[in-house]
Amino acid sequence: MNISQLFDPMFRLPLLTGLIFATLLPMLGMYLRLREEWLAALAFAQVAAAGSLAGTILGLPPQAGALACTCTAAAFKGWIAKTGNNGYALLMITGWAAAILMLANVPIAEHLGHALFDGQLYFTGVAHLAFGGVFLVVVTAILPWLSRKLLLERMFPDFFRASGLSAWKFHLIFDLLVASGLALATASVGVMGAFGLVFVPSMIAYHIGPSWRGALLVSIVISLLAYIASFVLAFKIDQPFGPVLVLVLSGLAVFGYLIQMMSRSRGQSPLGRV
Amino acid sequence: MDEDALLVVKDLSAGYARPIVGPVSFSLHRGDVIGVRGANGAGKSTLLNAIAGSARIFSGSVHRRPGVRVSHQQQAALPLDNVPLSGRELLALTGADARGLPEWIKPLVGKRLDRLSGGQLQFMQIWACLSAPVDLVLLDEPTNNVDPHGVHHLQDQIRSMSPSHAMLVISHDHAFLDKISTRTLNLSS
Repeated sequence: MNISQLFDPMFRLPLLTGLIFATLLPMLGMYLRLREEWLAALAFAQVAAAGSLAGTILGLPPQAGALACTCTAAAFKGWIAKTGNNGYALLMITGWAAAILMLANVPIAEHLGHALFDGQLYFTGVAHLAFGGVFLVVVTAILPWLSRKLLLERMFPDFFRASGLSAWKFHLIFDLLVASGLALATASVGVMGAFGLVFVPSMIAYHIGPSWRGALLVSIVISLLAYIASFVLAFKIDQPFGPVLVLVLSGLAVFGYLIQMMSRSRGQSPLGRV
Repeated sequence: MDEDALLVVKDLSAGYARPIVGPVSFSLHRGDVIGVRGANGAGKSTLLNAIAGSARIFSGSVHRRPGVRVSHQQQAALPLDNVPLSGRELLALTGADARGLPEWIKPLVGKRLDRLSGGQLQFMQIWACLSAPVDLVLLDEPTNNVDPHGVHHLQDQIRSMSPSHAMLVISHDHAFLDKISTRTLNLSS
């Protein structure tokens, strides 16, 4: 394929949609990692895939089905396990099983199912961009307020309880934010693409970030670089976007790890501890 | 009930699976700095945890005046686990005032906490609790790992804050407690 085709108006919409999620997902990944709940990203992505398929079967927009299922799952998770990975692991396997069963038994779900698992970003439309734009506004409004509370509870676990304050509300708000983000992102970049954007940039940024704010910025830069490279590469070699994105992110993670090992062997520690 | 007290502890018996401390009674007003002494296992940390709401109360009561804000410095190190948080960001979390920090630690506030020494990290953790905009401060072995200069600075800070705050301080360093306490609470095993 000719690379100049990338600048065709029909590719601008997917490019913009992906840029939104490539900016937001690594930030959510930083806070999930802070809460030691990075598995949540994969769980919500799987549930979102099942929700999208269920929505399509019921005649609803896939995003509506994904949002309904992930937000219900977030509330359910908060109930069964206040925080922690057990609840997320259950959601993950349940979401996966439901999605595969729908794919196997309902013909109408088959096309969408392949798009969700392949991460067919190039076929996203105005609705995907519109949902992404709304999510961008919501995260921009809520995350700065939520950030201090999440960090404070991590560093001083009984700070709120000692003053007789309740912490469950902001835990729920964060869970819903993550659930919504993964629901919308999965419909654009696929299950593993969304998970990769949450998991890998935050993992690298944790090691090389000079501070929390600096690490947030690092995670966004890594994510955007990986996203743009993948967007061009998948187009050039005519492959599904999701797997290409995941391979680029994995390559970055390995590269970062090797640099860290080399720095350590030289007695330097510019990248922090593993 | 003492209406002026920020905290009233009455016949408190607290622990986890079973009672570890108590029964113990005292009240805390602004200006009070109670030094808590006792042998290992006497339940000093459990007493603070019960006041902070993270230990089980078996009998008696802890009454905190409504609206009283509390900070609790625990003896355990901060749960960093590679979290890329700087000292400045840690202090901002609790709203602590960084201006009063001693000169030797001021250049370090921009560094990641996991790059600091144990003593530097401990001091930053204490300062985040001590200088937070709260009414009641609970400190658990604040002098652990802190060098003599740091201990001296903590003494000065606690003394300067004590008229407007109430504090409960656990320490095995009796000289430190003697210098900061207005009262002493002895816990027996």
